[in-house]
Amino acid sequence: MAAVQETIDQVKSIDVTEYKYGFVTELEVDKPAKGLTEDTVRYISARKNEPEWMLEWRLDAFRRWKTMTEPTWSRVNYPPINYQDIYYYAAPKKGADPKSLDEVDPAILETYKKLGIPLREQEILAGVAPENRVAVDAVFDSVSVVTTFKDELAKAGVIFCSISEAIREHPELVKKYLASVVPVTDNYFATLNSAVFTDGSFVYIPKGVRCPMELSTYFRINEQNTGQFERTLIIADEGSYVSYLEGCTAPKRDENQLHAAVVELIALDDAEIKYSTVQNWFPGDAEGKGGIYNFVTKRGDCRGKRSKISWTQVETGSAITWKYPSCILRGDGSRGEFYSIAVSNGAQQVDSGTKMLHLGKNTTSKIIAKGIAAGKSDSTYRGMVSAHRKATGARNFTNCDSLLIGDQCGAHTIPYIEAKTSTAIFEHEATTSKIGEDQMFYCQQRGLSEEEAVALIVNGFVKEVLQQLPMEFAVEAQKLITISLEGSVG
Amino acid sequence: MLEIRNLVVKIADEDKQILNGLNLTVNAGEVAAIMGPNGSGKSTLSYVIAGKEDYEVLDGEILLNGENLLEMEADARAAAGIFLAFQYPLEIPGVATMTFLKAAMNAQRKARGEAELLTPDFIKQVNGAADKLGIDREMLRRPLNVGFSGGEKKRMEILQMALLSPSMCILDETDSGLDIDALRIVAEGVNALRAQNRGFLVITHYQRLLDHIVPDTVHVMSKGRIVRTGGKELALELEKSGYASYGEAA
Ligand SMILES: Nc1ncnc2c1ncn2[C@@H]1O[C@H](COP(=O)(O)OP(=O)(O)OP(=O)(O)O)[C@@H](O)[C@H]1O
Ligand SMILES: [Mg+2]
Repeated sequence: MAAVQETIDQVKSIDVTEYKYGFVTELEVDKPAKGLTEDTVRYISARKNEPEWMLEWRLDAFRRWKTMTEPTWSRVNYPPINYQDIYYYAAPKKGADPKSLDEVDPAILETYKKLGIPLREQEILAGVAPENRVAVDAVFDSVSVVTTFKDELAKAGVIFCSISEAIREHPELVKKYLASVVPVTDNYFATLNSAVFTDGSFVYIPKGVRCPMELSTYFRINEQNTGQFERTLIIADEGSYVSYLEGCTAPKRDENQLHAAVVELIALDDAEIKYSTVQNWFPGDAEGKGGIYNFVTKRGDCRGKRSKISWTQVETGSAITWKYPSCILRGDGSRGEFYSIAVSNGAQQVDSGTKMLHLGKNTTSKIIAKGIAAGKSDSTYRGMVSAHRKATGARNFTNCDSLLIGDQCGAHTIPYIEAKTSTAIFEHEATTSKIGEDQMFYCQQRGLSEEEAVALIVNGFVKEVLQQLPMEFAVEAQKLITISLEGSVG
Repeated sequence: MLEIRNLVVKIADEDKQILNGLNLTVNAGEVAAIMGPNGSGKSTLSYVIAGKEDYEVLDGEILLNGENLLEMEADARAAAGIFLAFQYPLEIPGVATMTFLKAAMNAQRKARGEAELLTPDFIKQVNGAADKLGIDREMLRRPLNVGFSGGEKKRMEILQMALLSPSMCILDETDSGLDIDALRIVAEGVNALRAQNRGFLVITHYQRLLDHIVPDTVHVMSKGRIVRTGGKELALELEKSGYASYGEAA
């Protein structure tokens, strides 16, 4: 309950028409000319000192991408993206490839501080109890500027670094796993990403190791007209465990910006990966001007027996969200979970959901999706659950609820279910409800203000999913949800 | 304490007038009962006092201790001391009853410029009040009113009333849906709250509630007006003769 009060105070203390993270950091940057050609791909690869094989891999992806067309099946509308009018790489000039924090531009450190992400280990150590420590990989536009607690993690055998560094330092792991879950030509945006991906995180947890702290990556888009092409690869070897959290923000700008990410997770026998996202990209203004176009391919492969992957996402930002974190349940007895809260307000459009592909025997999956639509926004849940002929004993439970605030928004549920074995048991529940005026009046009659009443009702609606997040992020997410819905009633 | 003068009210988006120049006074320490046929406007009156938005006040005024309620939002009226026990309490899915109670109590305290309740004090108060009303503590962990029986919902209204300690309590058919024992428990709960500085407006159809909560005055409402006022014996008379003499079908 304290959290609700805190949320409301926070909402009141800021000018909510101002997206809180919308400031711009003034920096000198290196960027190539706008547009996408083979030269752009070569430029990016060269800037990252990549080996020849990586450049060839990218060029191959680029040639394939040129033969593809943008998908149009989702329920989102946007003017055609001019791929030649985007910068594909932008890196701060000062200390572009920093060896230590001292080489990082102080303006960037200041930026992360403002975002509430201290990067100096001494500061983190001073402020946080050891069990709550989080290692951060900070990605600013196209480069990872710093990864904290690397040495401490290395002692446990955990590799946590930027993908750029992994390509140089751990090529055998990267070659083995990159694109092994999301093939290069999986879809238009994934292929584009394969050609021009700039940075993201790499995680390897060795056999039997329980990662000693939470890992996280914080993505910040700062430069104007610049796309961000995140690439993240997480491998949990046999019997290991890792919990990973991704956060993201961007300045308030009138132009739309593209974020096209690919995230691949691999869990081997008895391994578990918990992946959480708090997505807070700039959503655009109430009329739909500006905001991030978020086209993301996230997929986890439960490759090993009894492995487990769980996705938890809180989506409050972006002008357009196109995102379906999925699980391939290959290993016998493996388990996939998807917990999602998608909040849309203003003119935001969300088309999101998940896929659970049951391939192994006795595989189980669970989907809890909560959509909250307000303003003139539109939210679609798209979910697929399928069982292969050999996936005997597969089980899925899906619960998908929508909450509408006001009468100008829309919510849609599109489930696909396909079972090729008669032993599969798939359960699906869906509801759509509205925050009723009577419910609001009841709360207000008890003394709650309009905002307090909405916050309380919405928190009740999303509780089941928030409980999946690590405690401090749950509080953060709860605040975000309330802020996103500010001005949605009355 | 509560003064209503010449209140004329219509449904906001319709041309339907429901209260037609209603006058009513409830004094501090008084328990006033309102009886009247279905559709005469009793619930409407309670909603308008509490500040529901579906109605438009065309004329008249409502004063609570001299303060003009019509200029206040529903939550401000609650903080000023108005409490309405709903005829049909609403469900709040996912919000534990405890959570709701604390939010409401603190919201009102804040509006009055008082400090937030400390959690141990809050829990003590809630448990004490719940025990008196025979409400199982387990129930306080469940989402408010979700899956509660009709009688349980009504008890929960009285629990909220006890915890919020309002100065003007309006009970809209709190007796409907209660079994005989529950009726007695709820009535005891209300009687325990009777006080010098508190007024009650009890809307009911049945004498059996008024056997337990003995009113000081009884008002008869018909077609959006108070048409007769008397003592507690008026309720007994109505029980026998119905509303026919007030121009209504019995
Ligand atoms: N929002 C509304 N829209 C349309 N008609 C309404 C609305 N609210 C109340 N009414 C009408 O106003 C009249 C009075 O209703 P009200 O609920 O106040 O009666 P009541 O005296 O409480 O009746 P009961 O004893 O059955 O509870 C009824 O005819 C009802 O249909
Ligand atoms: Mg009524």
